[in-house]
Amino acid sequence: MLQIHYFASVREAMGREREQIDSPPDVTSVAELIRHLRSRDSAFARMFAEHETLLAAVNQTVAGNEQVIADGDEIAFFPPMSGG
Amino acid sequence: MIHVSVRAEDFDVGGEYRRLCADAPGAGAVITFSGLVRDYYDPGAGERVRELRLEHYPGMTEKSIREIISRAESRWNLLAARVIHRVGALRPGDRIVFAGVAAHHRGEAFAAADFIMDYLKSEAPFWKKQFTESGGEWIATRHSDAESLERWRETAD
Repeated sequence: MLQIHYFASVREAMGREREQIDSPPDVTSVAELIRHLRSRDSAFARMFAEHETLLAAVNQTVAGNEQVIADGDEIAFFPPMSGG
Repeated sequence: MIHVSVRAEDFDVGGEYRRLCADAPGAGAVITFSGLVRDYYDPGAGERVRELRLEHYPGMTEKSIREIISRAESRWNLLAARVIHRVGALRPGDRIVFAGVAAHHRGEAFAAADFIMDYLKSEAPFWKKQFTESGGEWIATRHSDAESLERWRETAD
């Protein structure tokens, strides 16, 4: 299983805060997960098209496209941060 | 001594200052910064801000702030640091963030507080949505904030 979280404008575009998906066997990196979700889920494909900059975190650390992911990981997608 | 808090409740600057001093016996400099919600995010763009809603990533937020403070500690000799960041619905004039640093000398305390604030703006998972009369809008990272970060990269060891 993968736990996927969405925040801010990404959460609004997805219409949900989080979901659990079975780990797809061919998905071993952030880039592959994005490819998988874009092809499987029209909301994700639309959200991806609307976001010029989409960031990802794996297990609560910001991660690049090549970051390896494994069963049980928590992955989050969100826009650039704006704290302070 | 490091203290990090992410919460909806307001904070008292005087109380936070006293806690910082208590955590850092021997300090010669204590810098405290408090950030407030502006009534115009972008002066000139017109509309007055009615409300600012802050969302965050529970767990990752606290961890990120601690990492930012650790990076500051590796650059300057700090005796104590406190960061409080509010989340939820805030109004113009409300306190939103507190960053306090205690050190032996003012140079390192000023620099560390500035460094912590610069990184908080772009590396801690907070997102702001601003509401005006015409509706809500997510606030993007400012160009000036990105430039502020560059300054620390140039001076990195």
